[in-house]
This record gives sequence, C-alpha cells and structure tokens, in this order.
Amino acid sequence: MNIIQNWGKYFLFLSSTVRNREPFRVYPSLILDEMVKIGTNSLVIVAIVSTFIGMVTCLQTADNLVSPLVPMSVIGTICRDMTLLELAPTFTCVVLAGKVGSNLAGEIGSMRITEQIDAIDVMGINSSSYLILPKIIAACIMIPALCILAAFLSLMGGYLIGEITGAISPTDFVAGIRNGFRPFNVFFALTKSFVFAFLISTISSYKGYFTFGGALEIGQASTKAVTNSVIGILIADLILAKIMI
Amino acid sequence: MIEIVNIKKTFGDRAVLKGVSGRFENGNNSLIIGASGTGKSVLLKCIVGLIQPDEGDVLFDGRSLFKSSINEVKKIRREMGMLFQGSALFDSLSVFENVRFPLDMLMHGMQEAEKNDQVMHSLERVGLAPAAHKMPAEISGGMRKRVGIARAIVMNPKYLFCDEPNSGLDPMTSIKIDELISDITDEFNMTTIVVTHDMNSVMGIGEYVMFLHEGLKEWEGDSNSILHSKSQALREFVFASKIMEKLL
Repeated sequence: MNIIQNWGKYFLFLSSTVRNREPFRVYPSLILDEMVKIGTNSLVIVAIVSTFIGMVTCLQTADNLVSPLVPMSVIGTICRDMTLLELAPTFTCVVLAGKVGSNLAGEIGSMRITEQIDAIDVMGINSSSYLILPKIIAACIMIPALCILAAFLSLMGGYLIGEITGAISPTDFVAGIRNGFRPFNVFFALTKSFVFAFLISTISSYKGYFTFGGALEIGQASTKAVTNSVIGILIADLILAKIMI
Repeated sequence: MIEIVNIKKTFGDRAVLKGVSGRFENGNNSLIIGASGTGKSVLLKCIVGLIQPDEGDVLFDGRSLFKSSINEVKKIRREMGMLFQGSALFDSLSVFENVRFPLDMLMHGMQEAEKNDQVMHSLERVGLAPAAHKMPAEISGGMRKRVGIARAIVMNPKYLFCDEPNSGLDPMTSIKIDELISDITDEFNMTTIVVTHDMNSVMGIGEYVMFLHEGLKEWEGDSNSILHSKSQALREFVFASKIMEKLL
C-alpha cells in the first residue's frame, strides 16, 4: 500500500512541476545555474571514472583474448561496444546518482526544513515548478553530454593504456573501434542517459521535497535519493535493453 | 478581514484542530496564543493555505482560500506576507536579493529602478538598509527576523502573518520586533495574525487574542481582559510566568 501511495505521490509531484508553472522568462537563468551545478561541477569525477574504466576494460579484455585465432582489433571492438552500450551511460549515471542525486536531495531537503519552500508557496509561486523543473531540464541536457564525454574518454583511456603497456597497438585498437560500427548504439546510449538523467533528477528532487524533520532526515533523504535512483537506473537499463535492442 | 470557519485538522489518529472559528479584523494585531502542541502553528498554516484542513474554510475579505480557482488563490496569496519562525531566508541570496525576490517573481511589469527603490524602502523601514549587501549567514537572528519582515512587506500586503516572531530572541530584541510588527500593521492598515506563546507580546501588542487549548478556541478577547478571564486553562497559561503573577 505504501509503495502505491509513494508512486501516486511521485507522479502528482511530477505533474505539479509543469502545471501552473511560472512564466517562461523565469526559467532560463535558473536552468543555466543548474547546468553548471549538475554538469560542469561533475566534469572531473566523470573524466576520472570513465578514463580509468576504459583503461581497465582494455587491459582485462586483452588479457582474456589470448587466442591466435582472434585478431587483436577485437579488443577495440569489445571496448567500443561495452563503452557505448553500458559503461558510458549506465556507469556514469550510477556515479552521477551518487554525486548529483545526493546534492539535489540535500539542497531541496534543507530548503524544506528551513521553511524556504513554504515561503515560496506563501508568495503564490509554484515551488515545485520554480525549484524542480529547472533541475530536471538541466539534468536532461547535461547528463547525456557528460555521457558523450565519458564514452570518448573511456575509449581514449583504452587507446592510451593499450599503447603504454603494449597490450594492443593503436592501429589495431582504432581498427577495432571502426569495425562494424552501428550508429544506432550511439542513439541507444543517448536515450539511456536521457532516461537515467530524468530518473536521477526527479527521484532525488522528490525525496528532498518531501523531507520532514531535521538534519537527520536530510541525511536519510540523500541516502534514499541515491539508492532509489540507482535502482531506478538499473531497472530502466533492463527495460530499455529489452525494448530497443 | 480574515474569517476562519470551523477549521478541523487531524494528523493520523490525533485531532490537532477540532473546529476553530474566528474573525481577525483589519488594522488589528491579532494574536493566536496557546501552549506548545495546541495547534497554533497548524492553524496558521491552514490560514495561509500551506496545510489543507480536513473541514472548514478561510475567507479573505469574503474570498474563500480553499474553494476558489487556482488563479484566485494565487491572487489572494500575493496579498499575503509571512514571517516564518526561522525567518526562511534564501541562503544563496543576499539580504537585498531576498527582499527583492517576490518583486522579481511577481511584479513582471515593474521597472528595475522601481524595484530597487521599493526594496530599499522596505529595508529602511526595518532599519536594515546598511546590511543590504550581507548574506543571511552574516547577520544575527534578530536581523534575520527583520529581513523576513522586510520581505513580507515589500509587496505592500493586505495580510501579514508571523509565526513565533520572538522565538530565539532576547527580550529587548523581541520587544523591538513586536513594536515593528505593530507599527507596520498600523501604517499599512493590514490584517495581522501573530502566533506566539510570549506573554510580553500578548500584553504589548495584542489587540485581539485567541487562546487555543486542546485544538479548540478556549477564549477570545483583548489583552486587557485576558488577566481577568475565568478560563482555568488560560489562567494556567498566563500565570505560568512568575512575573505575570507578581504583576497582579
């Protein structure tokens, strides 16, 4: 029963962000601010994680492909497909669920318990639309962009570590990346990252918006925001894989 | 004038408000008092529409808050100003920007210079013009309350609501805040409702006092007659302070 109530509350919350919203001119500056917070401020962590994941993927794949019958370029192909299909969108979004999700829930939760959201409501401003909608839009723009960057850096990581360790030559790696490339996989990765961005921003905002109590509850809301976002990402990942591939 | 009609509110099994009615006249400082947990803040949140009551209605000069269209409710809300218990200032905005926030959001046709003038006028009214550039974290609790008042009056509201304006303040600052609220009410001819349990406020600015006890209106009247009330619960509340006992 509680789960059904929560789902109902979540969808009502989502509809409240677009119903009776504020005039359009209010949003551009808010969206830009959120794009910086969500996107620019996550560049370093995304760059580090994706580069290292790319390196590890390349080394482990090379280590497992020892048959003389398998051309070395297959390592590049495997790295490319793993990166595009799973690592760049899903892994990056799991990392961002931790960073962005906890940040959103904490920020909105503290606004709730210090009555700042009530103050906005009393002024006759739709607080969910004013506070949440810019975050959702910014996340849906910036997180796919971060995933593109993550895919690029991941492949670059594989390329570099292959050359440095001698696991695979740059020529073989690039040939593998080009071999049998399906542009649809890029579309698939972007679709996934867009859906995950929506889930991270809405679930985390929802958890923050309905925080009641004090500092302890803000911490709990942040934790729930991260865990629920990650679960949401994994379920959506499965559903999208089933539907789209 | 604000009229509340048979407000009832239950949280789980606990009936917090059991049918409270009353009228708060224009130009008056109306106080809602009562011990902790009697439903004062819940009643105030019902009056401003932050909590939907289970039953009853709130009428702002005859306009229903809970039966009107969304646009009408927005219109009523834009005539409200509210000072919250913790001031509820936006941490990321300066004092000036906090006070300007309602104008930026709601006064679309207003010129920038006009907005700035209005903000400075509000800040001067509460004596905080020199602190306009400071951040909320850099000012004292009493100053935060005054910024909260400046933000509440910047739109020239018809109705002012104050939730525990003296909580966490020393007696001297409390008196200053009370006087400020009272002066502003007279100056703007507003309908002001203050929720408090501070007897200094009651005796200082209370023109109409509503005493809540166990979710019901136990007593109403002016601050002069409060000391002679026959309500046992009210007498216990008023004379819990030894100073009040000595005054009599």
